[in-house]
Amino acid sequence: MSPETLSIFSPALAARFDALVSNYPVKRSALVPMLLYAQDEVGYLSDGVIAEIARRLGLTELDVRNVASYYSMLRFKPAGRYNIQVCTNICCMLRGAYELYDRFQEELNIGPHGTTPDGLFSLEEVECIGACSWAPAIQVNYSFHDELTPDLVAGILADYRAQAGVPTDRSSSVGWKAQAERTKEHA
Amino acid sequence: MPRLVSHPDEVKIVSRRFGQGAANIDRYIELGGYESVKKCLAQTPDWIVNEVKASNLRGRGGAGFSTGMKWSFVPKQSPKPKYILVNGDESEPGTCKDHLIFLHDPHAVIEGTIIAGLAVGAKTGFIYLRGEYRYLLEIVEKAVADAYARGFLGKNIFGSGTEFEIVTQTGAGAYEVGEESALMESLEGKRGIPRIKPPFPAVVGLYGGPTVINNAETIATVPHVIATGAAAYAELGTPRNGGTRLFCLSGHIQRPGVYELPMGYNLKKMIYEVGGGIANGNQLKAVVPGGSSTPVLRPEEIDIGMDFDQVGKAGSMLGSGGVVVIDDHTCIVEFALRTIGFYQHESCGWCIPCREGTDWLQKSLTRFHAGFGKAADIDNIQYLAENMLGRTFCPLGDAAAMPTIAFVKKFRKEFEDHLSGKPCPFAREGVPQLTVA
Ligand SMILES: Cc1cc2nc3c(=O)[nH]c(=O)nc-3n(C[C@H](O)[C@H](O)[C@H](O)COP(=O)(O)O)c2cc1C
Ligand code: FES
Repeated sequence: MSPETLSIFSPALAARFDALVSNYPVKRSALVPMLLYAQDEVGYLSDGVIAEIARRLGLTELDVRNVASYYSMLRFKPAGRYNIQVCTNICCMLRGAYELYDRFQEELNIGPHGTTPDGLFSLEEVECIGACSWAPAIQVNYSFHDELTPDLVAGILADYRAQAGVPTDRSSSVGWKAQAERTKEHA
Repeated sequence: MPRLVSHPDEVKIVSRRFGQGAANIDRYIELGGYESVKKCLAQTPDWIVNEVKASNLRGRGGAGFSTGMKWSFVPKQSPKPKYILVNGDESEPGTCKDHLIFLHDPHAVIEGTIIAGLAVGAKTGFIYLRGEYRYLLEIVEKAVADAYARGFLGKNIFGSGTEFEIVTQTGAGAYEVGEESALMESLEGKRGIPRIKPPFPAVVGLYGGPTVINNAETIATVPHVIATGAAAYAELGTPRNGGTRLFCLSGHIQRPGVYELPMGYNLKKMIYEVGGGIANGNQLKAVVPGGSSTPVLRPEEIDIGMDFDQVGKAGSMLGSGGVVVIDDHTCIVEFALRTIGFYQHESCGWCIPCREGTDWLQKSLTRFHAGFGKAADIDNIQYLAENMLGRTFCPLGDAAAMPTIAFVKKFRKEFEDHLSGKPCPFAREGVPQLTVA
């Protein structure tokens, strides 16, 4: 147990993990949630994260990696601060998901599964995210945006840039705001 | 926030509290919540099981197995603890109903889980949500904490002397984990690889104990069955198909959304009246009636009642309730390719017919859609898919093969139109050819 591995998680997350392992008849049941929560905090499953989780659960690092590599949301490399996941599965495809995905690539000036040079955005194509009746849908990290059109893309990106405090020359978040208003009406 | 819809033909049972703020425990109680579990606490386990059996409630996860029957398979005496496992992995393309239940009515899931526990003698329930549903997991976690604070969960629920605990769990991205045995593996901290059956989970399940695994909608329906009474609930549907279910209308439909309709509701009416018909004034080409794994129906095949038996008789499946509507501007080869691309991506790789079969189907269809298909390929695709059927470790292989066979059989002409270098007849301006990598 090196001091480095001890300092990987925030005290809050470490406390959460202590509570989590006591939830189940076997400690190991906490593994998948721990990997995801650790990734949420650290950004990806670094060697240090794997080592610390293995130590906490009394598993080998190999065992932890073996499980982690199975799950599509878990990653071994950093993603952008805002990871944009565009569903292109059937229901979204029928309502223009590929056009949407193309527009994200154009606006961000990156290719499929790319990350912007400033590390702010990464882009992925994903399978069905359970928003089929509100297609096409995307997730930005864990937030859903649904009933999208390519014209809303610039506004969505501008809003996230603003949220990150990045100056932007775009004032075109109007489309997105209109969308938000419309969604509110139906909530 | 997903848009809520409504239509006069709806019979709102499971969705009756949607949009009413029922994620708040006080509001849930005000709307009649937690009365059913109290009723059950005053009854015997056998009474609950028989009530659920008599309601003709069938699993909403896809297979449509009788819920009461499933519960009755759990042994009364067990040296190992018994468990309830709620399947909220919701990953079958076309399906987004559990999403709304977790969002609008999480206490119904909790109440249903407790009732299932009382019925089979389990003291612990797990509610597993797919990893992508983090915002919903937070809503469910809050609801569970509130239920504990009221004494509805814990060592002495409702002051009855009975214990029941609920643990929530997140997945981390995997369709296969929705399969019940893979779900248990995932919850045990492993790769989501299916287990061989038998033994069935009702006998040897989670941590080796007898386990009831039900879909989230099935579980959320249980309190309504108890409140309404088995006979009245069964009456709402058709013979052997009790009640209502949430249908997720998507694709080229005028008014997409999740509608709650009686079991047996006519599919044609569902599309043209409830959903407002085909979008953009186009014509209907095909309907996938129950999630992406169910065989496609042609327009002349949709005058059927939507219950497990009638859709089965029509050669498809009611599945998970995802009704995907496809218009006449859509290329079926491309649609088939995107469908198989999903199953190829999600095959866990454990058994060879599924892993290799989905891979070859995807390769063949990619080549085909790109215009490099040969006449013999059409039969080969069908042959390959037919040889996967029933030969895989878990039903994911069937889920990939069944729709593929139907696409080829029912839309053979469209496959032929792609032969020998012909460009896709449906290619859209400015949209690149779909190649699923
Ligand atoms: C590959 C595969 C994926 C599945 N995914 C789900 C799912 O996401 N949600 C679900 O409830 N059932 C899913 N099922 C069905 C489950 O195995 C199981 O039958 C169901 O959860 C039982 O609940 P029910 O009887 O209430 O329908 C899946 C099955 C297979 C073969
Ligand atoms: S197909 Fe895109 S959310 Fe289901």
